[in-house]
Amino acid sequence: MTHTPSLDRPQPILIMHQVRGGYGDADILQGVSLTVMPQEIVVIVGPNGAGKSTAMKAVFGLVRIRSGAIVFEGEDITGWSPDRIVRRGISYVPQVDNVFREMTVHENLEMGAFLAKGDLSAAYDRIYALFPDLKTKRHALAGDLSGGQRQMVAMGRALMLDPKLLLLDEPTAGLSPKYMEQIFQICRDVRDSGVSILLVEQHAKQALAFCDRGYVLATGANRFEGSGRAILEDPEIAQMFLGG
Amino acid sequence: MLEFINFYIIPGIVIGAIYALGAIGITLIFGILRFGHFAHGDLATTGAYLALGVTTLIGLTPWLSLPVAMILTALLAYGIHRLFYRHLEARPKILTVMASLGIGMMLRSVVQVAWGVDPLAYGSGIARAQSFAGLMLRPREIATLALTLALVATLLAFLRYSKWGKAMRAMSDNPDLARLCGVDNDRVTRLTWFIVGALAAASGFCLGINTELTTMMGWSAMLSMFAAAVLGGVGRVEGAVVGGLVIGLAEELSVLLVPSPYKSATAFVILLAILLLRPQGIFKGKVL
Repeated sequence: MTHTPSLDRPQPILIMHQVRGGYGDADILQGVSLTVMPQEIVVIVGPNGAGKSTAMKAVFGLVRIRSGAIVFEGEDITGWSPDRIVRRGISYVPQVDNVFREMTVHENLEMGAFLAKGDLSAAYDRIYALFPDLKTKRHALAGDLSGGQRQMVAMGRALMLDPKLLLLDEPTAGLSPKYMEQIFQICRDVRDSGVSILLVEQHAKQALAFCDRGYVLATGANRFEGSGRAILEDPEIAQMFLGG
Repeated sequence: MLEFINFYIIPGIVIGAIYALGAIGITLIFGILRFGHFAHGDLATTGAYLALGVTTLIGLTPWLSLPVAMILTALLAYGIHRLFYRHLEARPKILTVMASLGIGMMLRSVVQVAWGVDPLAYGSGIARAQSFAGLMLRPREIATLALTLALVATLLAFLRYSKWGKAMRAMSDNPDLARLCGVDNDRVTRLTWFIVGALAAASGFCLGINTELTTMMGWSAMLSMFAAAVLGGVGRVEGAVVGGLVIGLAEELSVLLVPSPYKSATAFVILLAILLLRPQGIFKGKVL
């Protein structure tokens, strides 16, 4: 995997090139390729079992990769361990069980910066500015919060180390439309603060409408890519994956 | 009334504190390493005899030899993990549970070979109980309660405020997420065994100094300690303390209702009742 740096065009922050792999012996990913540009929200959609979450976990070192490469900011990170990847500047928010339920909101954020050294007050200020709701609930146990607030805790935790790329696995699963819109708005704010976002979404239409670019995955491989609008307007995709 | 307190409540609280020290270890292992540690009672016995060894070999007083024994038992607990349990980590947890039963027998046998099977004591001489406005307390009972209080307070502060204490709680709460945060699993495991070993030694020592040293004492006390851990809520340190005190008091008070040979069945009845009625325990721990 090579790419020549050029001065006139921004380089992708993340490149996934022909990745094959999975858990155990079965390959769920049958050659997935995607790129994320700086300050871009990229969404992966597709039917159940398409390998959306697996593709994202592959970026974070949670999947055995058999072939292909993952390049982050020009550096090959294929096969790195998750904690090394965290240190390199990628954070991941799992779909379920993504908070420490018996710890306070503040302690959850603190765990997000477990690998950091030195003063964290600037990081707390940044997160609480992004999620004002969390500031008032900072001493509440994360397990006592509503689903939407828990998702904010999970995102805040992932943002503590000031990553350059944030991976979100179905951040709006099980949330009311009101919270879904709020999470999407926070994603935009996060992007505007300089962080790229790669997310997997079950709510394909809403996600494609708000993202910068999207990929449609099916049976572990790329089926379609383009701007969210282009995917939404493609009649074939709409019929196959988005329910008409 | 005073008589009731002196004969039932004070002994109940003292034995409860001893159970609490053991139950904290059991609950930490359950919460963080996720298995029932059936060598725990014998680990406590070993710690108690190590303190006796330090007393006889170096000539320290029993209470001064306790810190040495706590350190030795902490190292022993970690050593057992490295030699045995670690190799079973990737296998179903029931294998580790069974292995711990075997480790318990092994520890007990080593103690029996080294010190014999007859009851021993840390020192001769009978400490007279002192009266505090009618409350009769022996110095060793005061020391047991003070030690328990100090150890529990230190542990709770460590878990609440220190970086690695929080890492232990995080690991107990959500191990996958803790790993995603970069928490070093091995380091948390090591720390857990050190803490658990030291507390087990303290518990065994207090048991020995308040009664006598027997090679079966830890094994016999373990049912009560497990009951205390489950009663308080698995994974909950404060729950283990409350659970220990409740079990200790219940055992002492049971003789008012049933003949004293049934005393040790009390913990068993409470354990069954809590598993049936409120399996998450008083403090909402993990459901087994």
